[in-house]
Amino acid sequence: MPTISQEYKTALRSVSVDLNNDVSLLIDIPDALCERDKVKFTVHTKTTLSVFQKPEFSVPRQHEDFIWLHDTLVETEEYAGLIIPPAPPKPDFESPREKMHKLGEGEATMTKEEYTKMKQELEAEYLAVFKKTVQVHEVFLQRLSSHPVLSKDRNFQIFLEYDQDLSVRRKMPRRCLVVSSRTWLKSADEVLISGVKEVDDFFEQEKTFLLDYSTKIKDSTTKAERMTRAHKNVADDYIHVAAILNSISAEENTALKKHLDKFSDMFEKLRKVEGRVASDQELKLTELLRYYTRDIQAAKDLLYRRARALDKARLKSKDVAQAEDNQRQCMQKFEKLSESGKKELTSFKGRRVVAFRKNLVEMAELEIKHAKNSVSLLQGCIETLKNC
Amino acid sequence: MAASSERSPPPFPDAEDQESEPALRDEDSDEGADIFLGTVSRKPFSPPAAPHSAVFGDPLSNISKQESTSNPAKQSSKLPSDVPCDIFDPLHGTGMEPKDDGKNPAELRSEERPKDEPLSVASSKPKKDLFEDSPEDLFSELPKTKAKTKPQMDLFGDSSPDLFMDAKAAADTGPGRNAPADLFSEESVATTTSKSAKSNISANGVHSDEEEQDIFAEATVELSLDSPHNNRKTLDTTKPSEPASSLSAAAGSSKAQAKTLEELEEEESEDKFELNISITNPEKVGDGMNAYMAYKVSTQTTLPMFRSKTFTVRRRFSDFLGLYEKLSEKHSQNGYIVPPPPEKSLLGMTKVKVGKDDPSSGEFVERRRASLERYLQRVVCHPSLLQDPDVREFLEREELPRAVNTQALSGAGFLKMINKATDAVSKMTIKMNESDVWFEEKLQEVESEDQQLRKLHAVVDSLVSHRKELSVNTAVFAKSVAMLGSSEDNTALSRALSQLAELEDKIEQLHQEQAGNDFFVFTELLADYIRLLGAVRGSFDQRMKSWQRWQDAQTTLQKKREAEAKLLWANKPDKLQQAKDEIAEWEGKVTQYEREFERVSATVRKEVIRFEKEKARDFKKQIIKYLESLLQSQQQLIKYWEAFLPEAKAIA
Repeated sequence: MPTISQEYKTALRSVSVDLNNDVSLLIDIPDALCERDKVKFTVHTKTTLSVFQKPEFSVPRQHEDFIWLHDTLVETEEYAGLIIPPAPPKPDFESPREKMHKLGEGEATMTKEEYTKMKQELEAEYLAVFKKTVQVHEVFLQRLSSHPVLSKDRNFQIFLEYDQDLSVRRKMPRRCLVVSSRTWLKSADEVLISGVKEVDDFFEQEKTFLLDYSTKIKDSTTKAERMTRAHKNVADDYIHVAAILNSISAEENTALKKHLDKFSDMFEKLRKVEGRVASDQELKLTELLRYYTRDIQAAKDLLYRRARALDKARLKSKDVAQAEDNQRQCMQKFEKLSESGKKELTSFKGRRVVAFRKNLVEMAELEIKHAKNSVSLLQGCIETLKNC
Repeated sequence: MAASSERSPPPFPDAEDQESEPALRDEDSDEGADIFLGTVSRKPFSPPAAPHSAVFGDPLSNISKQESTSNPAKQSSKLPSDVPCDIFDPLHGTGMEPKDDGKNPAELRSEERPKDEPLSVASSKPKKDLFEDSPEDLFSELPKTKAKTKPQMDLFGDSSPDLFMDAKAAADTGPGRNAPADLFSEESVATTTSKSAKSNISANGVHSDEEEQDIFAEATVELSLDSPHNNRKTLDTTKPSEPASSLSAAAGSSKAQAKTLEELEEEESEDKFELNISITNPEKVGDGMNAYMAYKVSTQTTLPMFRSKTFTVRRRFSDFLGLYEKLSEKHSQNGYIVPPPPEKSLLGMTKVKVGKDDPSSGEFVERRRASLERYLQRVVCHPSLLQDPDVREFLEREELPRAVNTQALSGAGFLKMINKATDAVSKMTIKMNESDVWFEEKLQEVESEDQQLRKLHAVVDSLVSHRKELSVNTAVFAKSVAMLGSSEDNTALSRALSQLAELEDKIEQLHQEQAGNDFFVFTELLADYIRLLGAVRGSFDQRMKSWQRWQDAQTTLQKKREAEAKLLWANKPDKLQQAKDEIAEWEGKVTQYEREFERVSATVRKEVIRFEKEKARDFKKQIIKYLESLLQSQQQLIKYWEAFLPEAKAIA
């Protein structure tokens, strides 16, 4: 079962979000253990805050615990005007597992070497998925810890500190219900959000932007996923080509042998480069898009909550005589919500732009690096081929 | 059958046996018989027809296929029994000398052939020497130096066709032969034994070819008056030495020979002719289902055999198939590897006929144009095929009679044909107890290479389709990013995203081009060679067929002889003459078929070596071309990303 060492992770971390480094509360996941479908994360906290009993502690948490934390935050009324960081997606090892299975079936058609290489590739892919899973869970906690309001949440602190099982998993059946009712609610929200007449220009603008952006980024994410997968396929094909060329050259005994050797060698090197290109694209581009697809959903959720509050406030105001107080309260709540929402959305925008910049620059640099690498490999190979 | 069992044993035991015997035997002829006894099974009856010696009389019964040796002289030999003695006695005495000091492989080889004659009369000693020396010499000397190996190559390359020609008494003036007509005439003049002996003494590596011819010519002339009966005896006596020595020679020299043939090839390719062929301007002629594509075949040449230096003709696909059929009919039976044309593709052509501007039909036409070009270039690269009048006509003649019956060669049919040939080959391999390790190994090599290439072809095919997929997905992503960029409200980010979209569009182009290169440079090369390997196997098949024919003839001959023996037993002289005539006829056939088999074998060997050289050259060229295409696309990639980098950095 793969566990991940600290240095490994920091080297690979794609910071899809820009987090202000508040040293008063530092959270990371130094270790994770995969047991069948369950991933056990070790959540490590280092803090100077007095609310915590110790300055440094670690607790074991599972994916469901994270979901519980996220849901609790969403359901807290005070946070209605905040963008709740999106919950990390469920660990999904299906695709590499399925591929491994397929590879096992096709073992007979491959040479031993070829099979080993393919297996290594899949293991690397599996490890990458695993690392990414750990990373999104970590980022979720880090975003909470760097948020001025959310970092003070009691549930969050319990999540970090309570060293026993949170036993939230027993609630899972209920959660299924909640999920289905929530999706229903969401489609109702869509109607609401487009039906409600907007008084504030800022929110009107944000609304159209987010709705539009959300569908587009979702689309781009799937397209980018497909593209990186196709790239991966090409890299995998190189493995097979290299392997077969190698076995042909083993049987060849003319001058061609040398050429075929070189050629096969070239493919072997190129497949590594191409594989890296594919995984870097995955990490820098697809992962970025994926994260912001979820983040934008979180921002949209904020708008829904605001719309609902507005609706409630208007509804209450119809009831003229009965509860002027109540109405004022609602209106106040709504305004407070709007205000913090405005702040949140603006900061979200800044965060997104910074993250996009960072990742695009990094990707361009990596692409150039890999392409240069291939160029020098190819040039060297062509040179030797021409000379022999 | 006795014959095959004698031919098939591993080459060396016989020779070794001989070697283990005391090196010197006295020259008593009975000793020679003993040697024969050791190696050959005998039949009980042995009509003592020859006046000369026991050596003659004894082995008459040793009727076996082997005796129909490669020596043309024997076929019609009619020889006063003492003449061979005269011829070969000095020959042995002198011939042994260069051999003994082991310096001259060519000599050695030439020695082996005449040996067939000497044995008919000679004492056992020379034969034993032969056995002792030849395998060793072949092993130790042949591969050492070029100078030494070359003469031997000449022997293989030149003299065997000459021998054949000898028998046919028809001058075959193919290219690359050393003025055979001259040799021949020279040979016929040389009739005295002393001269032959002398020439043999003086024989050194360089001239051994001619020398050998001398001996043969002489034998032909002198033996020609012999009676078939006597002749048979001659054959019989020669028999035992033949299989052993030729086997050992074949085994020992196969490697060196391969090398020398390669050298020969190199020499040939040095003075390579100027002939460039290109196929351009595919054009649709006609409408509907009767439409066809016509291609412009342009030739540029300095060869004198063509009427002008540049000329152009228009040909359609079936013309190319017709050319192949003609060439294949004429040349493949001789063991030549006739380059196969691209397969017919009903689907592709139908698309072209029906579709107007479908990109896939454009691709199909380009693919076919390129493969026709490669096909034609391979044909004219072949020195023997280039000489074929049909090739010249195809390149030069304005109007070609419409090729018919090319339907049979349509895609699947063609493959089926190749597969059938393969099956036949494998079946025959079981029957044929391969006498030549070289062929056995080569056939195996070719077969496993074929399988590997097919595998590689499948993998590269999937690479092509995956890259196409990548290209499509990149295009889709580019569009999607463009949309995302248009809804982005941060101006700089929006700009960067639309730049990214443009970049991805360009990358899509790169992937597409690379997929094209994967296909045209790599996949098509493999497809060509899979087809060509089919043709190579076809040539092996031809060799098998020729072998089969020879074996069948031998069986028939054996039967005839048995019938004759029965007649002798039964004392029916009236029918004896007819039986003898038949035997003579079949002996002639056996000799002819064996020679044909050896000729085909030599051609196949030469062709395979030629093919391998071409293959190595082709592959190297294409590999470099392919890597260069990859290099180019990577360089382009760097440019694109470097242009994008400042855009990404400008996001604020």
